[in-house]
Amino acid sequence: MWEYTDKVKEYFLKPKNVGEVENPDAVGEVGSIICGDALKLSIKVEKATNRIVDAKFQTFGCASAIASSSALTELVKGKTLDEASKITNQDIAAYLGGLPDEKMHCSVMGMEALEDAISKYRGVKKVVRPEENIICKCFDVSEEKIRKTAIENNLKTVEGITHYTKAGGGCGMCIPEIEQILKEVWSITEIKERPVEKKKLTNIQRMALIQDVLEREIRPKLKADGGDLDLVDIDGSRVIVGLRGMCVDCPSCDMTIKGIEARLKDVTGQDITVVTE
Amino acid sequence: MKTIYLDNNATTQVAPEVVEAMLPYFTELYGNASSMHTFGGQVHGRIEVARAQVAELIGAEPDEIIFTGCGSESDNTALMSAVECNPAKRHVITTRVEHSAILNFCKHLAVKGYRVTYLPVDTLGRLNMDALLESIDDQTVVVSIMYANNETGVIFPIEEIGKMLRDRGVLFHVDAVQAAGKIPINLKELPVDMISLSGHKFHAPKGIGVLYVRKGTRFCPYLIGGHQERGRRAGTENVASIIGLGKACELAKKELARGTAPLAALRDRLEAALLKSCPDAVVNGDRENRLPNTTSISFEYVEGEAILLRLNEYGICASSGSACTSGSLQPSHVLRAMGIPYTAVHGSVRFSLSSYNRQSEIDRVIEVLPPIIRELRSYSPFGRDKFEQYLCRLDAARAD
Repeated sequence: MWEYTDKVKEYFLKPKNVGEVENPDAVGEVGSIICGDALKLSIKVEKATNRIVDAKFQTFGCASAIASSSALTELVKGKTLDEASKITNQDIAAYLGGLPDEKMHCSVMGMEALEDAISKYRGVKKVVRPEENIICKCFDVSEEKIRKTAIENNLKTVEGITHYTKAGGGCGMCIPEIEQILKEVWSITEIKERPVEKKKLTNIQRMALIQDVLEREIRPKLKADGGDLDLVDIDGSRVIVGLRGMCVDCPSCDMTIKGIEARLKDVTGQDITVVTE
Repeated sequence: MKTIYLDNNATTQVAPEVVEAMLPYFTELYGNASSMHTFGGQVHGRIEVARAQVAELIGAEPDEIIFTGCGSESDNTALMSAVECNPAKRHVITTRVEHSAILNFCKHLAVKGYRVTYLPVDTLGRLNMDALLESIDDQTVVVSIMYANNETGVIFPIEEIGKMLRDRGVLFHVDAVQAAGKIPINLKELPVDMISLSGHKFHAPKGIGVLYVRKGTRFCPYLIGGHQERGRRAGTENVASIIGLGKACELAKKELARGTAPLAALRDRLEAALLKSCPDAVVNGDRENRLPNTTSISFEYVEGEAILLRLNEYGICASSGSACTSGSLQPSHVLRAMGIPYTAVHGSVRFSLSSYNRQSEIDRVIEVLPPIIRELRSYSPFGRDKFEQYLCRLDAARAD
């Protein structure tokens, strides 16, 4: 039996905002009946202010999927699209007083439905990448999603990835690949653990370190996805980069920047901000 | 709130008579059956009475009964003994719908270099007998097939299979954990070499199992140590539970003599009413060959865990084969092996009754479940119409 919080039980037993918004301005859809859960989020947006004035959901899934969907609608109502787009799966889980680890994928599903609805509203055509690398064939989970979820939720184990994305939870054939992805994503920790870099860095050392991390770790990964970046300048704690290739107009470029920022903070031990030129 | 317990394939209430029979063995009769003094020695005699009661339930001889710690231990012991006693043969046959105590042990054997055949079942959960025949070869050491399936209640043709295997000199183990106490088993007529039972599935306590080994069957112990169980299972006897199991077997024998029709009628009442009041609901498994206490119903377009937790609010206990309840992110291996359509596989609910259930309890479920299904379906983006629209959109998106 799952240990659900009272808030999860409340939102499962008496969910708020069930159904479809009349004449929705955008509908976000994720999941499928095959995988065992699916969510359809419809939103109404006030044109003048770009504010979400109404949101409703329809969910096929377990108690925590229904509760997460309902929590999502409560979270987005009244927010501008910009504010709403900052909502993460952690926010959804936190709103419910937490979810069992094994059920975190329900909160990820909520975040994805919201992303889908917002990008549809903004008319951003989903970047169709025919070469998108599906790692988990049982649950149709891409390499990109595994990387993104790992970074956003600080996941370091295959079990964590399975709890948040379901990847690896079916036949288990892809577990070695997930391990490899995690190794790549977190290669930074090895550098962090080198005691020499714990010392206070001089300006020149810091710049060299930032350059080194970008060259040796970040750029090869971006290039693997058809993107790239240039280091434009380092101005105090501000690192200015220019996105290139597929990274330009990539819907998840904010995520990429956030990820780079987190890494640079980690290696330098200083409060770095990464901005685009 | 009164509990309505309809999850008897998971575990059962310990019968009050069983509790009563066990109590003295926790207090004044705490001796060790192996002791030389009368105080301990008298316990030995009581264990032998219990052994005879178990043998009586399944038509065995008392010295064919080995007490174990649980059904899983009995299953593991049976397979381990079969392969250890016949080291030259390296092939094991089982089915895709077995309990994990068999399936995972077979995986373990595969790692050790054994060839394992997992027999398929059809959409009604019935065994493919031709596949069984074809898979037997001169390397086959043992065939392990369950008597009845825990999720659907479907009963396999054990007698027919046994005769086939006996002709070919292949050992036959049957996991009868779900069948014992629910349907008559007579090993005098059943051509089976080993059978596993578990006490807590028929009103004995948890932590006591039985492995029946037919006289003349070569046997290697799994748990090695003292001379208990005539050297076939070491460890000081779990006396109170053995006494309790004996009593439970005696009660089950009486219950079976009265017939299982009333229990089946109660199950059928539940099943018929739910199918009538819930559209798009289907029974999983062969209704002609089923345990009298079990029904597995899939409510399409809704998810099993959600149904169970809504029932829980009414104190109603059932189980589901949905992904969210299986602990593996995929629906139950049994329903997948049967090829239940994916609109239905996530919405399965299993009700398993016992003779303690009353019609009033069944009627309560009939009253509260249909509105739950209606409500959860109203949340779902799928439904018969909605689902077809969804498929069209999916096709259109693919064509894009």
